[in-house]
Amino acid sequence: MLIFELARPGRRNPSQAPAAAAKAGAIPEKFLRATPPLLPEVSELDAVRHYTSLSQKNFSIDTHFYPLGSCTMKYNPRACNAAAMLPQFLARHPAAPDDTGQGFLACMFELQEMLKDVTGMAAVSLAPMAGAQGEFAGVAMIRAYHDSRGDSARREILVPDAAHGTNPATAVMCGYAAREIPTDTEGNVDLVALTAAVGPHTAGLMLTNPSTLGVFEKRILEIAEIVHQTGGLLYYDGANLNAILGRVKPGDMGFDAIHINLHKTFSTPHGGGGPGAGPVGVSARLAPFLPLPLVGQHKDEYRLLNERDLPLSIGRLAAHIGNAGVLLRAYVYARLLGAEGMRRVADFATLNANYLMAELKRAGFDLAYPRRRASHEFIVTLKRLKDETGIAAMDVAKRLLDKGFHAPTSYFPLLVPECLLIEPTETESRQTLDAFVAAMKEILEEARANPQLVKTAPHTTPVRRLDEVKAARELDLAWKPPPPHRS
Amino acid sequence: MPFIPHTEEDIRAMLQSIGAESIDQLFDEIPPALRSSGATRVPPAMTEMEITRLMRSRAERDGTYLNFIGAGAYEHHIPAAVWQITTRGEFYSSYTPYQAEASQGTLQLLYEYQTMMASLLALDVTNASLYDGASALGEAVLMAVRAHRSAQRVLMPRTVHPTWRRVVRTIVRNQGIVLSEVDYDPAAGHTAQDALAAFEGQDIAALVIPQPNFFGVLEPVDELVAWAHAHHILVIAVVNPVALALLRPPGEWGSDGADIAVGDGQPLGVPLASGGPYFGFMACRKHLVRQMPGRIVGAARDVDGRPGYTLTLQAREQHIRRSKATSNICTNQGLLVVAATIHMALLGPAGLAGVARACHSNAFDLLAHLTAIEGVERMFSAPVFHEFVLRLKTPVAPVLHALKAQGILGGLSLTHDYPELGQALLVCATETKSEEDLKHYSDNMARIVGKRFRPAPCALKTKS
Repeated sequence: MLIFELARPGRRNPSQAPAAAAKAGAIPEKFLRATPPLLPEVSELDAVRHYTSLSQKNFSIDTHFYPLGSCTMKYNPRACNAAAMLPQFLARHPAAPDDTGQGFLACMFELQEMLKDVTGMAAVSLAPMAGAQGEFAGVAMIRAYHDSRGDSARREILVPDAAHGTNPATAVMCGYAAREIPTDTEGNVDLVALTAAVGPHTAGLMLTNPSTLGVFEKRILEIAEIVHQTGGLLYYDGANLNAILGRVKPGDMGFDAIHINLHKTFSTPHGGGGPGAGPVGVSARLAPFLPLPLVGQHKDEYRLLNERDLPLSIGRLAAHIGNAGVLLRAYVYARLLGAEGMRRVADFATLNANYLMAELKRAGFDLAYPRRRASHEFIVTLKRLKDETGIAAMDVAKRLLDKGFHAPTSYFPLLVPECLLIEPTETESRQTLDAFVAAMKEILEEARANPQLVKTAPHTTPVRRLDEVKAARELDLAWKPPPPHRS
Repeated sequence: MPFIPHTEEDIRAMLQSIGAESIDQLFDEIPPALRSSGATRVPPAMTEMEITRLMRSRAERDGTYLNFIGAGAYEHHIPAAVWQITTRGEFYSSYTPYQAEASQGTLQLLYEYQTMMASLLALDVTNASLYDGASALGEAVLMAVRAHRSAQRVLMPRTVHPTWRRVVRTIVRNQGIVLSEVDYDPAAGHTAQDALAAFEGQDIAALVIPQPNFFGVLEPVDELVAWAHAHHILVIAVVNPVALALLRPPGEWGSDGADIAVGDGQPLGVPLASGGPYFGFMACRKHLVRQMPGRIVGAARDVDGRPGYTLTLQAREQHIRRSKATSNICTNQGLLVVAATIHMALLGPAGLAGVARACHSNAFDLLAHLTAIEGVERMFSAPVFHEFVLRLKTPVAPVLHALKAQGILGGLSLTHDYPELGQALLVCATETKSEEDLKHYSDNMARIVGKRFRPAPCALKTKS
C-alpha cells in the first residue's frame, strides 16, 4: 500500500507544523499557488508505521551478507553516525564564519592529511560528493593541466574495457573522447594495444587497480611509463582501494590523480544509493587545479580556502564544502582504525576473498582467472552451468536472495560471460562465508535437480521478478489519485 | 581488531584452505617495490569512548548560534521521527536498489517521493536525486543543451546564487557551453526584462529562472517564461521546495510552464550540517524524460501480477550506456531522499504550507523591525519570500562580527559577490524563529548600528 492510499482528507499532525496562525503577509495573489500539492494527509503513527514497514522490505548490511563486487559493502560502525549527528555539527550553517566551525574544520583538515598519507598523494580536496564527481574533478584537472601548458591537442582518455561505466561517461563530460583498451587473457591491460593507442592525442589513462576483474595489475609501473612518456597523465579510480589500503599507495604506482570512495573504503553508509563522498588526491603538478574549497591551516586555525588562494582551481563542484556529514563519518572511522587498522583492512579483505574463492572452487564453481590471486574480490563465471543446465548468472543471483544473501554483482565486467563479481569485505566472519558457500552449493545442486526452481527465483521476497521491459515501455513514475467515486 | 571478526584459529584455517603460508603471501603478485611501509601520518587507533569524547569536545567548541543566514541552506524544524526512521539500518546500510526484489522498501519510497515532488513542482516526472541544488542546475543546463540540439548558449541571471553559478561553470565549461549573465533591476531586485532584449535573435538553449531568487525576491516568472517560450528557449526553474507550498509551482508559470525544474532538497528535513549531505532534485516535462540524468523509479508488476517498483529507463545511465550516458552520475543522495519523503509525509500539505507561511511572516516581521532602525534600509522593492537584502550605512563586516559576539549570525554579506550594492546584507528568518528571537536580533542590530551613528563627542567633531 502506498502512503497516499493510507491518507484521509483533513488528517493532521499539528505538533509538526508551526502553532501560530501566520499572517497573510505581503505576497501578491498572482505569485500564490492555487491548488495544494499531493502530499499525504496521515498521522504521525501512520507515517512511522508505513516507513518502518517499508524499511523491512530491504536487504541491508545490518540484516544480510552483501557480497557485492566493486561496492565494498562492509559494516558501517554506528559510532561514526552518532558523532556526525551531534547537535552542534548538525546545526551549523555552511556559510557561518570559519571561526564558528573550528572543531568541524579540524576534523576535515586531519582527514585531508590522513587521505594524503594512505594514497601517497601530495594534496587532497574533500569537495567531490561521490566517486563519479571525484572522477570528473580528476579528469577536469588533467585537462586544466594540459591547457595551462598550451598543450590543448590532447582529445582522448583511455579506459580499459573492464572499467566502470562512470569512467567513459566522465571523459565525455570533460569534453574528451573515451577509447577502450582491451584486456589480455590473464586480466591485465593489453600492453601492446595500449602502446599502439597512446600518442600526442592522449590526455590520460583511467585505471582501477586492482582492476574490476579482481586482480592486481602487475605491470602498473610499465603502464605508467608508457602513458607518461607521451605526455599523458594517469588517473586512479579508487573504487577498489579497499584491496590495498595500508599496503600499496596509488602515488607510488605513478598515478597523478585519484579519487577515494569514502562510502566504500572508509565505511560510510551506502544509504540505498548515497550519499557518498569522493575526495580527490593529486601529485604536486596537479595541486594548483584542485576543486574548492580545501581546508587550510595556519598555526592552530583552520579556514576554507577559496578562489583567491587557488586561482587555477577547476572551480567548485557543490554549493558548499561537499558532503560534510559523510566526511565526518569517514574521519571517525579512520580514527577508530588507526594506522594499524588501515593495513588490516587490506589484509583481511584479501584473506576473505581468497578464502571464499578457494572454497567456491572446491564446491565446483569456475573461476574467471584461476591462475591469479584474488584481490579483495574475484569473478566466478557460470558459463559452463548455463551451457549444461540453462541456468544463468541472473538465476543464481536471484536464488541467493531466497537463501538470505544479497546477490553478488552480476554481468559486470561485461567481458566475462555469465559472471558473478564477489567481494566479501574484511568485516565478515568465516562462518558467514561458509554459510554463503553452502548456499551456493545448494543452488548448484538445485540447478541440476530442479532447474525450474532456480529459473523462477526468487520465491520468498516481497515481490518476485518484475517485468522491467513493460515498466520502461508503459512508464508509471508517479501515483495518480483514482477518479472520484460515483454512487 | 576493530571491525574484523577473525580469531587466530579462523586465520590459520582460512590460510590452509587457500594454501598460503601467511597473509603476506596473498600479496605476492604485487611488485615488492610497491609494497609500502604503511601509513605514517595516521594516528594510533582510538576506542569508541575516546573518539566520542574527542568529537563531543569539538562539537562543543563549535557551539550554537541564533542563525539568520539562509542563502541556499535553510534552518527548519525536522520532526524527530524523520531521522530516527531514516537511520534504521535497513535504509542506512542498504545499497542502490539495482536488485529490485531485495530493495522494495527503498524503491516504493522513491516512487512516493517522485509522486510528491512531481505534484509540488507541477511537472510530469522527477528523478530520485542528484548531488545538490547547484550541481543539479549544472545537469539541467547540460540537459537543456542536449534537448535543444543546436544552441550552446544558456542565459544565467545574476539573481541566481553566485556559488551555484560557479558550480555550473565548472560542470559545463569543457563541453563548449556558453553561460551569458543577465543583469537585474537595481530597484526591484529581480531579473531585468529589458536585459533579455539584448539576446533576441541569438540561438539560445535555455533561460534559468530562480524563484525566489538569491536576494529572496520573487521574479516575474510569467513574463520571463512568456519571453523565453516566444523565442523557443527552454525554461529551467530553480526553486525552494518549502516555498512551493505557498508559491505557484514552475509547471504553472506563464501559459505553459517551465520545462525543467531543479533545486536543493535540503529544506525538506535535511539538517544544515556545515553544508551537506543535501540532495538535488530535478523534474521535467514528459517528453524530456529520456534526457534526464539520475535514477528514476517506475511501477511494475511481478510474475504473479503483484505491484512492485523498479529502477527504470536505465539505458540513460552510465552503467549501461557508458560514454553515451546522460551523465556520469552514479551514487548520489539516496538517504536524504528517504528523509525528505518522511518529512513531507509527516507535514502533509497543510503542515508544509504552514511552515512556508510562518517563514514568510517571520521574515516580514524581521524586515519591519530592522528597517525601523536608522541606518538600515530595505534594498529592493519587489516582494520577498523568507529572505531579504538590507543596505547598511556602515560596513557590514564589523556589524556581523559584533552580532556574532552576541551569539547571533546576522546574515550573509554580499559585498564580495555584489560589490555594486555597497554594504549589502542578505538576511533570512524561517519558522524556527520566535518573536523574542526576532526582537533579540533587531535590538542588537539597533545597538550596534546606533553606536556607530551616535554623534561623536565635540572634541572629535572638529577633526572632520
